[in-house]
Amino acid sequence: MTDMPKETVIRLRGVRNQFGSHVVHDGLDLDVYRGEVLGVVGGSGTGKSVLLRTIAGLQIPKAGEVDVLGTDVRTASENERQMLERRWGVMFQDGALFSSLNVRENVEVPMRAVKGLDPDLRRQMADLKISLSGLPFLAGDKFPSELSGGMRKRAGLARALALDPEILFLDEPTAGLDPIGASAFDILIRQLSQTMGLTVFLVTHDLDTLHATCDRIAVLAEKKVLVTGTMREMLDVDHPWVHEYFHGPRARAASDAIPAKKDP
Amino acid sequence: MTEEAPTYQIETTSQDGITHIALRGSFSLAGLTPLHHRLDAALAQGPVTLDLSGVTRLDTSAAWAIVTAEAHGAPLTVTGSSEDAATLLATVRKALPKPDSQNQKPKTLVDRIEGIGRAVAKSASFATELLGYFGIFLHRLARSLRHPGEFRMTALVHHCQEVGLKAVPIVALMSFLIGVVLAFQGSTQLRQFGAEVFVVDLIAVSVLRELGILLTAIIVAGRTASAFTAAIGSMKMREEIDAMRTLGIDPATALFVPRILALLFMLPILGLIANLSGLIGGALMSWIDLGISPGMFRTRLIENTGIWHLAVGMIKAPFFALIIGVVGCHAGMQVGSNAESLGQKTSDAVVTAIFAVIVIDAVFSVFFAQVGV
Repeated sequence: MTDMPKETVIRLRGVRNQFGSHVVHDGLDLDVYRGEVLGVVGGSGTGKSVLLRTIAGLQIPKAGEVDVLGTDVRTASENERQMLERRWGVMFQDGALFSSLNVRENVEVPMRAVKGLDPDLRRQMADLKISLSGLPFLAGDKFPSELSGGMRKRAGLARALALDPEILFLDEPTAGLDPIGASAFDILIRQLSQTMGLTVFLVTHDLDTLHATCDRIAVLAEKKVLVTGTMREMLDVDHPWVHEYFHGPRARAASDAIPAKKDP
Repeated sequence: MTEEAPTYQIETTSQDGITHIALRGSFSLAGLTPLHHRLDAALAQGPVTLDLSGVTRLDTSAAWAIVTAEAHGAPLTVTGSSEDAATLLATVRKALPKPDSQNQKPKTLVDRIEGIGRAVAKSASFATELLGYFGIFLHRLARSLRHPGEFRMTALVHHCQEVGLKAVPIVALMSFLIGVVLAFQGSTQLRQFGAEVFVVDLIAVSVLRELGILLTAIIVAGRTASAFTAAIGSMKMREEIDAMRTLGIDPATALFVPRILALLFMLPILGLIANLSGLIGGALMSWIDLGISPGMFRTRLIENTGIWHLAVGMIKAPFFALIIGVVGCHAGMQVGSNAESLGQKTSDAVVTAIFAVIVIDAVFSVFFAQVGV
């Protein structure tokens, strides 16, 4: 966001993912730069979540390079992977909280790997992360089954933020939230990425989120990243799906509702 | 292991009663404990100035340590913070969790007594609920009899196969081994009195009256009560039960009646199989160990063992079946919305069912002893 040369934190080259004979990605290239919020969009079944899982190392691609923070996820040793996992946080669609632990304990799970952190401080740090994610203080004592969908997402975010990661992966952060909750979440992500210097990789269907949060948008189509650019650039893309997506009635409603984000 | 080496430095100097702390390097969760303790120790002695100009990366944990130190009301001056660090400090300051006044009170004696009372009331209501489920089963069964169209024959046959047919191998093997063990143990004792031949009576009475049906019921409680709970519980978890209700399907008719009815039909049959294979096991061992030929075993069995011994065992079967089925279905309906409760209710169901089977067996023993059969 400054004039500094952009540092690439995630670099994908020629990634190929396939399940049986079904090819999801073929020759996919993507760069994510430090400090930006990148939104990934695409029709259902274009492999948005698969892409996220590929970068987070949960899905091993058949071919290609996946380079995160200078480490190749495919060939990383066990040790390198652990180092890497401490530098990113993943928020899954429904929070994926451990149902046998309360929210505070959930947030403490990744912190337990840090040596020399005493339990009382760890507890207070967990409370801070819970509060940073916009949950009330008392939510820490609740179990995931006692939370609403929106609160579970926030708790999942708190756990993803536990180790102050450099990269944050969000899978459909606003899906299933009411419009007020969704836009509060958009603002929260924006704020966190600015204050904590986070790089955010988010998969979404939500046009409002794209408008409100994302610096750059990557469109997945035809098994690869078809085009990347700012919202404004997207409007001029001459591909039928992209045109339909960003000029459809919902897109127009979203762009009317939120004044186009100020260019930095 | 680059991460293990400290990536930060904390330098403390003292001048005119003011402590200067200079932070250098990158601060993360790993450095929180030393930073927190240094700040606390320095603030206890007097005013502190904190120099952040050498910091390359400040994370929320370090920011929290600084902000909480400020909050203690000690004179802390922060200098040299970059723009990013200042925003982070401001964010953390704003997000600082404020504990509500609803602190937990320590447990008093009264609370503990209240806890015991609640547990007693809960177990009483548990018994009532089981009775309620039994009532629901009877009611739905009666309705199915009046409207045979509603009855789910396919489900009944399916459950008969699951509960009955598939349990035959394990039940038969278990009972066979029990027969073998009884013959073996009995013969060693009876040989001392030269009364080896009474081993036939020993095996017949204990297998027919008690062991055959009791052990069958325990095995069925283990495999079937848990299966009922897991199946109904996971349907409850995924809101399938609610979906049934909205579609006008009664969960009790659709789920409980075929399951409990299948148990009711199958447990007596399994009991008979267990009796038979127990006797075979006993006869085989008597033959090997005591030389009582199968023919002699049979003659003695028919002459000396009254039909009531068999009846006493078989009368208990439907009662066992009912309690196992009701406990399994009830536990399934108690499953909440998380995976944890599914596992817990399943094991609860098994324990409760086995316990209930043994209690009923004891009650019957006393009853039969009183009426003298």
